[in-house]
Amino acid sequence: MSTVAIPTMAFRGRVTQLRVIRSEWTKLWTVRSTRWSLLVATVLTIGFPILASAVISSHWGQRSPSDRAHFNPLDPALIGSQIAQLAVGVLGVLVISGEYSTGSIRSTLTAVPKRLPVLWAKAIVFASVTFALMLPSVVIAFFSSQSILSRHHASYSWSHPGVARAVIGAALFVTVVAILTLALGTIVRNTAGGIATFAAIFFVLPPLMNVLPTNWNNTISKYLPSNAGRDILSITHDANNLSPWAGFGLFVGYTALAVAIAAFVLARRDA
Amino acid sequence: MIEARGLTKDYGDKRAVDDLSFTVQPGIVTGFLGPNGSGKSTTMRLILGLDRPTRGAVTVNGKSYRDFHAPLHEVGALLEARSVHTGRSARNHLLALAQTHGIPRRRVDELVDLVGLHDVAKKRVGKFSLGMGQRLGIAAALLGDPQTVMLDEPVNGLDPEGIHWIRTLLKSLAAEGRTVFVSSHLMSEMSLTADHLIVIGRGRLIADTSVAEFVAGASKKLVHVRTPQPQGLQEALAGLGASVANVDGYVEVTGLTAEEVGEAAAANGIVLHELTPHQASLEEAFMDLTREELEFATEGAS
Repeated sequence: MSTVAIPTMAFRGRVTQLRVIRSEWTKLWTVRSTRWSLLVATVLTIGFPILASAVISSHWGQRSPSDRAHFNPLDPALIGSQIAQLAVGVLGVLVISGEYSTGSIRSTLTAVPKRLPVLWAKAIVFASVTFALMLPSVVIAFFSSQSILSRHHASYSWSHPGVARAVIGAALFVTVVAILTLALGTIVRNTAGGIATFAAIFFVLPPLMNVLPTNWNNTISKYLPSNAGRDILSITHDANNLSPWAGFGLFVGYTALAVAIAAFVLARRDA
Repeated sequence: MIEARGLTKDYGDKRAVDDLSFTVQPGIVTGFLGPNGSGKSTTMRLILGLDRPTRGAVTVNGKSYRDFHAPLHEVGALLEARSVHTGRSARNHLLALAQTHGIPRRRVDELVDLVGLHDVAKKRVGKFSLGMGQRLGIAAALLGDPQTVMLDEPVNGLDPEGIHWIRTLLKSLAAEGRTVFVSSHLMSEMSLTADHLIVIGRGRLIADTSVAEFVAGASKKLVHVRTPQPQGLQEALAGLGASVANVDGYVEVTGLTAEEVGEAAAANGIVLHELTPHQASLEEAFMDLTREELEFATEGAS
């Protein structure tokens, strides 16, 4: 009988959280959707504020004095994070739902049968990558947009109260969106369902509140995840918003709850 | 060694695996045989801890799969359903698996070469043929140099050369003392590779036996006889409890061995021109065994 020589291996390792993180790092960067989504998120986070500031600047003369007085220079600076949130959120769902749709989750969970290290690793890797890209992007967006607007004396300096918190907060907000959508994808296990849930929470629910009586709307709206989370991006406050850190804290709380549910179902469900 | 004890799995109202107990021994190839939908893949998923049993338990080398700290070194598995991200290359798929255990990168390259995927290792798996996908699955199974290898329908989609390669591989793995557990719905395939058989139908254990015993036990005693005196032979055999039929100029005797028929003929002075014992083919033996289960299945469905 002929034989197949199976190469033996002296090495004997074991699964550790750090190794699972390394594996998830490889997995994140070896599918195309990652590079595209993150490229789009980065380019738009920087590009949109520059474009918006240029347009505002060129039409500054046409603005009424009251418009000029109420103009918030941070609005164009952080407008890119709105779009980044969409790209990052979709990718957050895909990071796990793609494993279910292709069946690779079976390989993943066979290699890491305790399962939870996979969820932690995905969250750590994806959140770190998101923050590492978003932080420089929003800082660049801030300084380039403010330098365009400065000729009209309609810009903030970095040291203006609340500005540093709002700019860094934009990167933090998108990072938490990454973790929340990963959790949603884990719970729903389906790309279309996960993206629909994400869109419902962030883009459908808030305008839907407008059908409620005004005082109900004012009471409820500020507690919605997207509204609470974005409080950290704002330096103007009214009674219908939570304070920046209270709102962001609540958003982190919602995310923690989603992650807890995701961990619970991932550990218990049949793969 | 794989040990299942009272393994039962329900999906809703449907019982996929029903009180299954068996042991898969190291050093031989054990075939896991059953018609499509008989619960083979479910059993393998239960072994790998992907699904939880409703009742009972299954262990590999005495441990539940979920308790392994280095599962890829213990059990290598090829699952029937695709379990690779279609957007990732073969090498990166293996690399990501290897990294969970800290297995060095050169081991990945070694296995890519072993299964003959060297030239396509950087291609996206979505573009792979079924056969290439199977080869990648086998590379993943052997990645950790595991003591136990479990393959679900490994010859599916392979060309004749690939099938021959798998057979040789399975025997080589067993010869090294590893536990080799291979499922198939084709008895003929199992007869060429397996030493031992675990046969299931509708999630229940039908047989747990060596291949030789399986064939001997399941085959009907059937003897073909050619004689110029068929009438006389019929009379001679009538008293021995055999059933006799004339088929295309042959006398077909069921229920006696060739020896018994020959001796009865000699005792009665009957001339025989031909006396041929027929052993049921493996496929026939398998179908005989599972027929009851299938009939029951059809009744149950109506």
